[in-house]
Amino acid sequence: MTPLFALDRLAAVSAGQWLKSRVSSFVDKRLGPEFEARSKALAVRQNEYGYDAFGFSRHSLRYAALLARWLYRDYFRTETHGIENVPGSGRLLFVSNHSGQLPYDGLVIGTALFLEADPPRMARSMVERFVPTLPFASYLLSRFGQITGTPENCKRLLEDEEAILVFPEGARGISKPFSKRYQLQDFGLGFMRLALETNTPIVPVAVIGAEEQAPAVNVKPLARVLGLPSLPVVPYPPFIPVVPLPVRYRLYFGEPLYFEGDPDDDDEVLEEKVRAVRNRIQSMLHLGLRARKHVFW
Amino acid sequence: MSSGNRHDRSSPAEQLNIVITGIAGRFGRLVARTLHRDERFRVIGIDRRPFKGKPKDVEHHQVDLRSKKARDVFRQGDVDALVHLGMMHAPRAKSEELFSWNIGGTAKLFEYCLAYHVPKVVVLSSANVYGPRPDNTQFLTEEAPLLAAQAFPEMRDLVEIDHMASSFFWKARDINTTILRPVHILGRVKNAPSNYLRLQRVPTLLGFDPMVQMIHENDAAGAIRCALAPQARGIYNITGPGELPLSAVLDELGRQRVPVPHNMARALWSAAWRAGVSSFPVQEFDFIRYVCMVDGSRAHRDLGYRPRYSLRETIRAVEG
Repeated sequence: MTPLFALDRLAAVSAGQWLKSRVSSFVDKRLGPEFEARSKALAVRQNEYGYDAFGFSRHSLRYAALLARWLYRDYFRTETHGIENVPGSGRLLFVSNHSGQLPYDGLVIGTALFLEADPPRMARSMVERFVPTLPFASYLLSRFGQITGTPENCKRLLEDEEAILVFPEGARGISKPFSKRYQLQDFGLGFMRLALETNTPIVPVAVIGAEEQAPAVNVKPLARVLGLPSLPVVPYPPFIPVVPLPVRYRLYFGEPLYFEGDPDDDDEVLEEKVRAVRNRIQSMLHLGLRARKHVFW
Repeated sequence: MSSGNRHDRSSPAEQLNIVITGIAGRFGRLVARTLHRDERFRVIGIDRRPFKGKPKDVEHHQVDLRSKKARDVFRQGDVDALVHLGMMHAPRAKSEELFSWNIGGTAKLFEYCLAYHVPKVVVLSSANVYGPRPDNTQFLTEEAPLLAAQAFPEMRDLVEIDHMASSFFWKARDINTTILRPVHILGRVKNAPSNYLRLQRVPTLLGFDPMVQMIHENDAAGAIRCALAPQARGIYNITGPGELPLSAVLDELGRQRVPVPHNMARALWSAAWRAGVSSFPVQEFDFIRYVCMVDGSRAHRDLGYRPRYSLRETIRAVEG
């Protein structure tokens, strides 16, 4: 290796480090002491390098937090109700309605629990199983605390007294057309099995606003031709839902629900319990919608 | 061929005769040293290679596993345990030769154990047998299917040996068979993960940074000693001190990362392989793309195994 080449590399490495430290200190300055205190108060396990078993790191969270806080406070101007219903510690399942083509609802719920709950809580949500095949998303989401959605992962986290956010409507909810807003789709039973198996209280969450953030219609024939599960189209450029409309988010956290029973019961028995959760969320949605004066403010 | 004979030596009667296959490799020698230090064990080695730096009272047979001479080691019927490490992972060897060595050799060993009543068999498999997959749960338990061979034909032998060992476990119920599936063993050993971490400029996949688990070579040897306990039987994942993103492991070693887009990696890698620059088979890059981590709690509970080295010590071990 010639000395010149070595110098070159040295310059490249230190330029990279300089940029990294500048970005890092910029993020720290913007986040301020509020984030620092809340991040410290977050109950997470971490090893000597600052990572937990699922790859979450407080250090990486800062980058996501800056964007998430801006979306939460400035873009969606979120109103959060009932945060005092969220227990400060112990295992928890947040169950919410899911809508809006892109999962901003998950981001907003997570941010609310971090910024408004006392002490702050981290709600881990589950990413689709294809996400680990995507570059960058694969590891960034896990640095921010997201997990691959397998029942074993959820069980392990709940047994470690962590909180998980689930959307039992799944893809049926997020990709439903605008005409079906605030109509809850069918709930899966998996979350109830999990709650019964691990004896976890369920906190129902109603999200108002997300259902209008991307007023899409589903172009079914084209989706079929392209081999996609759905093809949502919005009536403004770029016509595919990427940027959500600046709707106002309203979050309602309900009181924890406790269920008992055998997780291996027949589906009918479980369905009854699931219906209780679904009805609770539906009535919270009705109440919230009645109180709302306008979609955007 | 053989040196040091257990029959004409006045050894304490309560010592257990342990046969170790693949003893001449770096990890084999480490296991031999670990067991040799323990008063309870007398170490007997089988390997085609000479055993460099062999302690005087270790008996070594420089023979092929499949040969009659290997059978003779067992014939007296005084072997108390077999530790099978003799898997060959030469990536450039012909697959027929590897198959015949690995599968044929293992089948022979199991045959000797049945015929000459060896009461205890420990087989070193690997946590890699589960295979790195995008939909893997974060911590796989011993019940997870062994899917590694689906994506890598090269892993077929390892998966096959693991399956052979578990069917031997069921077939020979009076033999305590233990299968160990350790995570990436790091240290001075020459295996793919340690060699990879010893590179100065380390190729990684752009936009992928999976969590990885590793174990210090001494801890892995310690786990084998735990598995030799008479009551131990069954399949155990063996984990180290914890898990880290690959990037944090490379940063700890001060390595320069060379990120390659994953869709170009396959072509670049196989070109490098053909040119003889790289010794990593193309398929193995899934190990730096997806998670393949295991839950080691069963070994903690049943074998009483605990790692003694910290994460930092484990990673640093590759520098010897």
